[in-house]
Amino acid sequence: MKENRFTGSLRAGFAVLAALLLASPVTSWAAAAPADATAWWVMPLLLLVVTFFMGIIAVLGGVGGGVLYVPIIGGFFPFHIDFVRGAGLLVALSGALAAGPGLLKANLASLRLAMPVALVASSCAIVGAMFGLALPAHIVKLLLGVTILGIVVIMFTAKKSDFPDVPKADALSTALGIYGIYQSPDKTMNWQIHRTIPGLLTFIIIGVMAGMFGLGAGWANVPVLNLMMGAPLKISVATSKFLLSITDTSAAWVYLNNGAVIPMLVAPSLIGIMLGSFVGVRILKVAKPSFIRWMVIGILAFAGGKSLYDGIKAMNNASRPTSTHTQEASHHGK
Amino acid sequence: MANEKNVASEEQLLYATWLEKGMLIGLVLIVISFALYVTGIISPVVPLDELSNYWNLPVKDYLTAVNNNFLHFDHPPTGWAWLTLLGKGDFLNFLPIAILSGITMLCYAVIVPVFMKKGEKAYMIMAIVEVLILALAASGLLKAGH
Repeated sequence: MKENRFTGSLRAGFAVLAALLLASPVTSWAAAAPADATAWWVMPLLLLVVTFFMGIIAVLGGVGGGVLYVPIIGGFFPFHIDFVRGAGLLVALSGALAAGPGLLKANLASLRLAMPVALVASSCAIVGAMFGLALPAHIVKLLLGVTILGIVVIMFTAKKSDFPDVPKADALSTALGIYGIYQSPDKTMNWQIHRTIPGLLTFIIIGVMAGMFGLGAGWANVPVLNLMMGAPLKISVATSKFLLSITDTSAAWVYLNNGAVIPMLVAPSLIGIMLGSFVGVRILKVAKPSFIRWMVIGILAFAGGKSLYDGIKAMNNASRPTSTHTQEASHHGK
Repeated sequence: MANEKNVASEEQLLYATWLEKGMLIGLVLIVISFALYVTGIISPVVPLDELSNYWNLPVKDYLTAVNNNFLHFDHPPTGWAWLTLLGKGDFLNFLPIAILSGITMLCYAVIVPVFMKKGEKAYMIMAIVEVLILALAASGLLKAGH
């Protein structure tokens, strides 16, 4: 009964989110309306409401805020994609900072596992952020669309293993002492990892993508830590969340120092998504995760498709310089 | 290993403690600074009712326009230039953002002596290199643009 009520509330919340995204104030403003046609406070208020629901959905769907934030805000709000990516990184960073201390103290996140991975990912996130800010907006949107649709495929197909079989730790992880004890209510087990070098190499790509698109990277961290390197699922999820606080920090500085941060976009987003996360954690106890997961996949597929469409449209416009207006729209990526 | 307790290591707990403090300070400050900004208690560089004319521009055009129309600096405000503008409502928000972005560097710095004490050279070096990487990112030396 209670579950149905919450699921009903969530559906209603999702309907509100969808309506806000599709309703005329946002999309029409983004499309064509004069920028000063609406009171200044409307946009931050809308951001607060949308990111609040996004925070709930992100927790229930088991994804970071950034992966929902960038395609949705970039696709349906009037802000330039440069600022959306900067804010997306800060959103993902704040979520990771908020969760990190608790996960470390509970020994669910492993500092020893995170440190070598973070070294690779954070260096590459800087490179990704610089690439991202150097690329034209329509190329970023195109690549973002492809990436988001790729994430949908990963979420759709990737398997998870609660306790992966790691018969023998590899030499590097043994030398670095990357192992631990995992306790669940019904089981206590020692864990160790293998394939450390391939795992670290994969984090080069993950870091670049996190910095380039401002997505956070939990969607990629968890499968690599869990399936490739063999850390238990909960250790992988917790370490991934903590890892974002390091990876996204390095990229966030690049966006901050290059001026790609607008407080009017960042502050309501941080507050909204964190309030939503607090509510989401409470709802998580009674909600149906499978329904939410499908909902997240649906939202991401839609937002990724739109980003891809916008990128292709802008690229076509850029290659057909028929009018000043067209050129300007392409340049601004809107 | 099987008899060990599931207790976080000394450096992990130290890291968590510093991370928690920095995160709380940053989050509280961002709520306060944003309230000061949107209520107009501290006036911004870009007036609130004009901001929507700028936020759809690419970052380079945005910075140039803000500089030309409001700041009149020799160069658009990138890097740490926001420090000189903390008296303005919008730029005041950069302080908590910088705290949230900077706390990880501090966390790494405080665990270096623990690794040194334990004789864990590999992790000590990793922590130092990470601090240097984050310091490079924060330095403003890395320029990007369309």
